[in-house]
Amino acid sequence: MARASKLAVIGERLAQALPALAGIVIVTFLLTRALPGDPAVQFAGPAADAKSIEEIRKSLGLDRSLPEQFFIYLGQLVRGDLGQSISTGQPVLSELVQRLPASLELTLAALALSISIALPLGILAATRPDSWVDHLCRFVTTAGVSLPTFFTGLALVYVFYYLLGLAPAPMGRLDIVVLSPPAVTGFYTIDALLNGDPATFRAALAQLVLPAVTLALFTLAPIARMTRGAMLQVLGADFVRTARAAGLSGRKVLFTYAFRNALLPVITTLGMVFSFTLGANVLVEKVFAWPGVGSYAIEALVVSDYAAVQGFVLAMAILFVALNLLIDIAYTLVDPRIGVED
Amino acid sequence: MHRRKFLAGAGAAVAGSELLPFLKSSAAWAQAPADTLVVATGTTINSLDLHRVGTNRPSYQVTVNIYDRLLSFGTKTTPEGAVVYDYAKLEGELAESWETAPDGLSITFKLKPNATFWDGTPVTAADVKWSFDRAVSLGGFPTVQMRAGGLVKPEQFEAVDDRTFRIQLLRKSKLTLPDLAVPVPFVLSSRIGKAKATEKDPWATEHFHRNPMGSGAYKVERWDPGQQIVYVRNDKWTGGALPAYRRVIIREIPAQATRRALVERGDVHLAFEVPAKDAKEMMAKGSATVIGAPIDNCLHVLCPNLAFEPFKDKRVRQAIAYAVPYQQIFDQAAYGRGAKMWGGASTEPQSIAWPQPFPYDTNIDKAKDLLSQTAFKDGFEVPLSFDLGTAEWGEPTALLIQEGLAKIGITAKIEKIPGANWRTVALVEKKLPLHLENFGGWLNTPCYYFFWSYIKGALFNSSNYDDAEMKELIDATLHLDMNDPAYTPKIKRMIAKAFDDVPRIPLWQPYLDSAMRKDVDGYTSWFHRQPDVRYLTPKKA
Repeated sequence: MARASKLAVIGERLAQALPALAGIVIVTFLLTRALPGDPAVQFAGPAADAKSIEEIRKSLGLDRSLPEQFFIYLGQLVRGDLGQSISTGQPVLSELVQRLPASLELTLAALALSISIALPLGILAATRPDSWVDHLCRFVTTAGVSLPTFFTGLALVYVFYYLLGLAPAPMGRLDIVVLSPPAVTGFYTIDALLNGDPATFRAALAQLVLPAVTLALFTLAPIARMTRGAMLQVLGADFVRTARAAGLSGRKVLFTYAFRNALLPVITTLGMVFSFTLGANVLVEKVFAWPGVGSYAIEALVVSDYAAVQGFVLAMAILFVALNLLIDIAYTLVDPRIGVED
Repeated sequence: MHRRKFLAGAGAAVAGSELLPFLKSSAAWAQAPADTLVVATGTTINSLDLHRVGTNRPSYQVTVNIYDRLLSFGTKTTPEGAVVYDYAKLEGELAESWETAPDGLSITFKLKPNATFWDGTPVTAADVKWSFDRAVSLGGFPTVQMRAGGLVKPEQFEAVDDRTFRIQLLRKSKLTLPDLAVPVPFVLSSRIGKAKATEKDPWATEHFHRNPMGSGAYKVERWDPGQQIVYVRNDKWTGGALPAYRRVIIREIPAQATRRALVERGDVHLAFEVPAKDAKEMMAKGSATVIGAPIDNCLHVLCPNLAFEPFKDKRVRQAIAYAVPYQQIFDQAAYGRGAKMWGGASTEPQSIAWPQPFPYDTNIDKAKDLLSQTAFKDGFEVPLSFDLGTAEWGEPTALLIQEGLAKIGITAKIEKIPGANWRTVALVEKKLPLHLENFGGWLNTPCYYFFWSYIKGALFNSSNYDDAEMKELIDATLHLDMNDPAYTPKIKRMIAKAFDDVPRIPLWQPYLDSAMRKDVDGYTSWFHRQPDVRYLTPKKA
C-alpha cells in the first residue's frame, strides 16, 4: 500500500516535470534565436562574401521562418535527435554523452570530498560553539566562498604542479600516455576498475585530484555552514533536551535524534550545491583542460551554435528534474512525516 | 630551526608521497616516447575537412599536416633568426614540376610518380581534379579563396592523363600559383569521395569530416573532439623530407596559464601561439625557447568609419592618426612583439614593401591643429569598439587610444563586442563608427591586402572607404606581374593614398609567437597561422 503510493508520488512528480520541460524547450529555442550574432556569418569563415554567407545560411536551415525552424527542431527532438553542433562538428547527443560523465565525475568527486569534510566539521563546530573547531569552520567557509574557483585552481596548479611537481600535468582527464578505458559509465575511474586496469584507474584518479579539490573548496562552505546551523537549532530543541534528560548516551542523542533531524536542510542545500556546481564547473574545466559540458556550453554560446546550446540546456533541465526527484525521495527516507499521505 | 632535520623530514614526506598515486612526481607521469611530440593549443579543432561548411580556422592545421597540395612554399630565415615560409619560393608537394604556357593562360603540372594515398592507391590527376572541383563548388570560404587565385569553375581543371593535370586560366594572374600553396586546394582520394557521396552530399563532406584520406605526411590516428588529435607519420610520404617525429599529439588546453605552465615544466614540447606578454616574460626568464616572426601582410589597425559624420572629413581621420599613443601601445599592448608601423619618414612611400610605417607619430599639437580646421573643433563623442575575442591586445590598445583621443577633445566610449557578434556588426554590416581590426592576407602582396580592405563592399573594409582612384589602382595591380614596369608606381600611389586618406590607421604588425622546450628545433612560422608539425625536429646536441 505504502509502496504503491510512493510510486504514485514519483509518477506524479515526473508528470509535473513535463510542462516545465516543454517550457524550457520553447524558451531556449527563442532565447538562442534572440542572441546577438549571426551563425551564418560566424561559420562562413574568415574571407567569406555576402554570397557565401547566404549559401551557409541556407545550408544551416536558418533561411526558414522561425515557426518552421521550431517545428523541424521539435520533430528532431521526438526522434531523439538533438541536432548537429556546428562548432564542434559532432552530433550534440554524442557530444553530451561524452562530456556529461566528465563533468559529473568531477562534480560528484568534489561533492564526496566536500561532504566528507564539511559534515564532520559542521557537527563539531555546532557541538563546540566558539571553540577552535568552530573558528576553523568559520575560516574555511569564509575562505571557500570568497576565493573564486578560477583562482584556487590556478593557485593549486602553480603550487602542486608547477613548483612542486607533485601533481600530474593538468591536461584533461588522462595523461597523454594513458588510453581511455572502454566506456561503460563514462566515469574513467569506474570504467578502469570495471576493466580491471589499476594503472589507468590511478592515472584517472591522479588527474581528478586537483580539480576536485578546487571544486570541493568552493562547495565546502555552504554545506558546512548549513550543517552547523541546522545542528545548532536542533540541539537546542525540546526533544533533544528530553532525550538528554532521559539519560540517553551523548552519541545516541547526537546522531540518532539531532543529526537525522538536521539532515533535511542539509539535503536541500546539497541539491542546490550540486546543481550550481555543475554550472560553476566551467572555469575549473578551463584551467584543467577538463572536457566537460560547462566549457562545451560556453564555447557554443560564444559562436551562436544553436543546436549545442539547446541540447545543453535541455540536458541540464532533465538532470535537474531527476535531481529534484531524488531529493524528494531522500526526504521521505530521512523523515517519515514527509511525502506519503494516505 | 634545525635545517638538516627539516630537510630530512621533507625528504621523508616526499618518499611517503610515493605511496599515493596523485602525489607521485610528475616526472614519472608524462614520459611520452622519444619519437612523440606533444603540442598544446588553446583552440578547438572541429573538423578534419576544411571544405566542409562550418569548419573553423583552428581545423586548418589538420589539412596542413595530413594532406598534400600541388605546391608548397619554401622557407627562409629572418634577421632575428626565426625560420619562416618564403612567399617567393614555390616548391612542389604533389607536383614534380610545373610549367606555365607561353601565353600565360594555362599551367600544366606533372605529379610525382610514386605519390600514394594512405590506402596505397596512387594519387592521380583525376584526384586533383575532383578535389579542385570540390573546392570551387562547395561554396563558402574555400570557394572564395580559390576565386582569389582565379580558380572559379570545374571546367578550368583538366586531368590530361594519370600524371598530368592542367589548369586553364580565365586571365593571367600572379596570384594563381601561390594560391595553390595555401591550405585550401588540398588533394583527397576521389575514389573514396565518389563512393561515399550521396545525393544530398555530393562531395562527401560528412564522410571526410571524420574520415580523411589523403597522401600527406601524417595520418590521423585518433581524434577526440574537444580534447586532442593524434597524428602518426606516413612513412611513404613523397611531399618532402620525412618528418622527424613519428607521432604528434595536439592537446587542447583552453587556459593560457596552464599552457604556459605545461611548456615551462616540459610536459609539452610546444605551446602554439602564446600571447605577447607571456612570450616576453618567458624570453626574459629563459624558461622556454620563444620563437616568433611578424605575420606577413597582417596589421592591427584603428578604423574610423567613413559612413559616420566626423570621419567623412579626412582631417579628422588624420587628427586621430596623430593622437594615437603608438609607442605606449607598442609597449603595453604588444609588449614589443611586433613591427612598428608609425613614424615613417615621408608621405611618399620609398618602396612597395608592405606593410610599411605610416608617416604619423604621436603629435598632439598637430592633431589639435588639424581638428580645429574642421567642423568638429569642439570635439565629439564616439564609441570605440573591439572584439572581445581579441581582448588580449584589444583592451589595452583601446584604453590607450581613449586616453590619446581625450587630449584632443574626442570622448571615446569603449564598447566590447562578443566574438559571435563581431563579424556581423563590424565586417558584414560595417556599422561600428570607430573600431580595432586585424585583417591579414594569406597571399603576400600589397595589392592583395588592399583588395580585401580598401574597396567598397570588401569584407575587411570595415571603414566603408570608397575611392574611385584606389579601386582602379587595385583592379589594375591585383593580377599584374610584380616585375611589370607599371606595378611599382601604381603600388606606390596606392600606399601614398592610404597614407593620406587613412581609412585604416596602422598600430603595429603583430608577431605570432610560440614557446617550446629547449630540445625542440625546426619551428617554422606560416602565413596561415597554424602549427605545421612536419618541420619540427628534436634538437641535435
